[in-house]
Amino acid sequence: MPTRRARIPATKYPVERFALDNGLRVVLTPDRSAPVIGVAVVYDVGIRSEPEGRTGFAHLFEHLMFQGSENLEKLAHFRHVQGAGGTFNGSTHLDYTDYFETLPSNALERALFLEADRMRGPRLTEENLRNQVDVVKEEIRVNVLNRPYGGFPWLTLPPVMFDTFPNAHDGYGSFDDLESATVADAADFFRRYYASGNAVLAVSGDIDVAEATALIERHFGDVPARPAPERPDFTEPDLTTERRSTYTDALAPLPAVAGAWRVPDPVTDFAGYLPYVVLAEVLTDGDASRLVERLVQRDRTVTGVGGYLGFMGDPFDVRDPTALLLQAHLPPGGDVDKVLRTVDEELDRLATDGLVEGELARTQARMATHLLRDTDAVLGRALRMAVLEQQRGEPGLLNDLPRLVGAVTEDQVRAAAATLRPERRASVEVVAGGAQ
Amino acid sequence: MTATTVRPLPALGPNRRLTVPKQAERTLGNGLTVIAVRRPAVPLVEVRLWMPFGRTHLARGAMLAQTMLAGTEAHSATEIAAELQKVGGGLSAGLDPDRLMLSGASLVTGLDRMLELLAEVLTGASYPGDWVATERDRLVDHIQVAQSQPSHLARTALLKRIYGRHPYAVQTPEPDQVRAVRPAALRKLHAERVHPAGAVLVLVGDVRPERALDAAEAALAGWRGDGHVAELPPAPPLEPGPLLLIDRPGSVQSSLRLALPAVPRTHPDHAALQLANLIFGGYFSSRWVENIREDKGYTYGPHSLVEHSVAGSVLVAGAEVATEVTAPALLETSYELGRLATVPPKPDELEQARQYALGTLQLGMSTQAGLASLTSAYAGNGLRLDFLTEHAARLAAATVDDVAEVAARYLAPAHAVTVVLGDAARIADSLAALTPVHREDA
Repeated sequence: MPTRRARIPATKYPVERFALDNGLRVVLTPDRSAPVIGVAVVYDVGIRSEPEGRTGFAHLFEHLMFQGSENLEKLAHFRHVQGAGGTFNGSTHLDYTDYFETLPSNALERALFLEADRMRGPRLTEENLRNQVDVVKEEIRVNVLNRPYGGFPWLTLPPVMFDTFPNAHDGYGSFDDLESATVADAADFFRRYYASGNAVLAVSGDIDVAEATALIERHFGDVPARPAPERPDFTEPDLTTERRSTYTDALAPLPAVAGAWRVPDPVTDFAGYLPYVVLAEVLTDGDASRLVERLVQRDRTVTGVGGYLGFMGDPFDVRDPTALLLQAHLPPGGDVDKVLRTVDEELDRLATDGLVEGELARTQARMATHLLRDTDAVLGRALRMAVLEQQRGEPGLLNDLPRLVGAVTEDQVRAAAATLRPERRASVEVVAGGAQ
Repeated sequence: MTATTVRPLPALGPNRRLTVPKQAERTLGNGLTVIAVRRPAVPLVEVRLWMPFGRTHLARGAMLAQTMLAGTEAHSATEIAAELQKVGGGLSAGLDPDRLMLSGASLVTGLDRMLELLAEVLTGASYPGDWVATERDRLVDHIQVAQSQPSHLARTALLKRIYGRHPYAVQTPEPDQVRAVRPAALRKLHAERVHPAGAVLVLVGDVRPERALDAAEAALAGWRGDGHVAELPPAPPLEPGPLLLIDRPGSVQSSLRLALPAVPRTHPDHAALQLANLIFGGYFSSRWVENIREDKGYTYGPHSLVEHSVAGSVLVAGAEVATEVTAPALLETSYELGRLATVPPKPDELEQARQYALGTLQLGMSTQAGLASLTSAYAGNGLRLDFLTEHAARLAAATVDDVAEVAARYLAPAHAVTVVLGDAARIADSLAALTPVHREDA
């Protein structure tokens, strides 16, 4: 049944792509509406690529990339970005590591210089390595060990769902592995993965394309050419029987649960993957969504529920294998089995009875708003385009996403729901150990 | 060092002048101020409604925010959410000791519909019993989870220590107080306090400002009621004393919090104090971060910030540090505060902080959401966006002497109120070697 739907608007950010002789791929997306720029450098290496015995290394290495480089002392990177009025950060994902700045546009050349300098070579010293191992340990304490629900579910669900080291291990890393990391390990990691041919540079915002192109050639052109390493196949077979795991969180006052199902390959089967992205929102986006209405309001079996694609909530920045996740927090004494059973029931109902009038269109309208809002920030645009270039060679897909999301049909969403069977599900339950 | 050539750092291009975007303002007959700002980057519009809400019963206020969107005569909560979704929109309510805030965004084509729904909630929120009961339980659970977070516990202890008997002292209700809230109390509170007088609605996005004002007037002119004014007393001055140590047995980190005096945005010292704060610990390239993170590896993310509230401002510095280095981290913190309060900063340090402050003003204005939040925060304190231009001029003009002077006045460690949450059995003795300690349980 066709329903009247809000017209899904699109952005028309222009996209210029080219590659330097050393293999560095570049994406430029000019927009002169505010005097700011976003600069992102994305390397095609993440948690899945770190070697056995080196859990947490990709993230530790991200820290080392800020510790000085060929022409820059320790601390200089921070000072030069912030001293130009900008902000910076980096983050480590399953399939990539990014480094980025947002700056007033008069700092474009400076930002390019800083990124090129560390692409040529970070200063990997014993002192900086030991210092950043300490800092990372504090990061893990603050985000995982000293707080309730630390690492739930992104660190605790993958080992239930997956069997191979790349997909199942703790991406933050064990203290033992972190402490035994050496400068030689870091140098090797850099040589292997931080090649110009394994990176994408994206610049967005208040730039002139010709001028930016010339500056990029000036600063990155003589970064020594190194080819991208071959990316291993991280594929694992789908689950055929349900997997459950339980652990006690000594600090958590209330129970929680997360479940996940494998989904089609986000890159090679994008058309098959998109309905799952929409399904997650149909299930959990706001008070009018299926699972909020059922679990939170009607049954009162959970106090909050969320659903998303990718263990780090990155539906368009992740490769296969990945999953649709649902996570819920329960009231005191809550019954996790009952919650999972109800989820199965609601998925069945969706697969069998379909959506109600207007349900899909309104969900798609809101998804479009979220996508547009994320790209309103110049940095959001640069980062997304860099990863889309890296994983798909298609940065302009960012402009098309609201429309493509809007084109997903009810039949596709129903079919996606029908695949989320209990026997394909992995779940992890947090037992409250901190009840008062 | 493997470099064969030393490459010079490129100079910055000329600074772009701060330009404040086009805006319009109107005060409606009912006392509501509406400010509309044009930023057409994406086809969306951001909405912020700031309502003065000081001195509200804590649990009832929190429950009001939790259930304000839970239904009206015409629509259930689910229907309100669905209607907003249809235009790509959503609304949420939040409370702090100064204000009740409704925030949201939608496709710009949905502005009229979102304003209609906003008006419906403001004039007709019904607080249905079953919803209130569900949300009451949820809020209790959320509070319980918050109370297991070290950052929340440390903040709670700090506020109590700073504000004493002032309404700012306690900002989270106890579960029992929440359990006692009934729908009738929420309807009464809504009738008494959710009024247009003194409220400010901000609309930012792909709109023509005058047209957005007309839309707001059409939707909200019927929102009536006299504002019950509850003036907050000025926040009390900080009273330094012994370090307050809150015991959290088994903690693998300690939460360090320091409060120092600060001034409102309009005070002549504000710009210089903002710069002094940056130099101390307000950004990554600060002395404190370089010392306790990048040199000593004691912590992941130390940060200091001037917090502005209607009844007063305060500078809060916070860091989560490894248990075994709690006292050394405090020592370094006092050292950096004392050094800045007694020795003028280097000119290049000040320039770096100044550029950061000016640059982040530009960045903050470069998205619809950032601009909406900034406009709303300013308006809540009686300011308009043109204040940005004045503030930028003051930041540009502050001298080393100005910054040294405010650092001595506000940042001296002798003025600090200090709270540490952690495993007292492991940290009390070494903290006591630095300063008198008063100990309490979490």
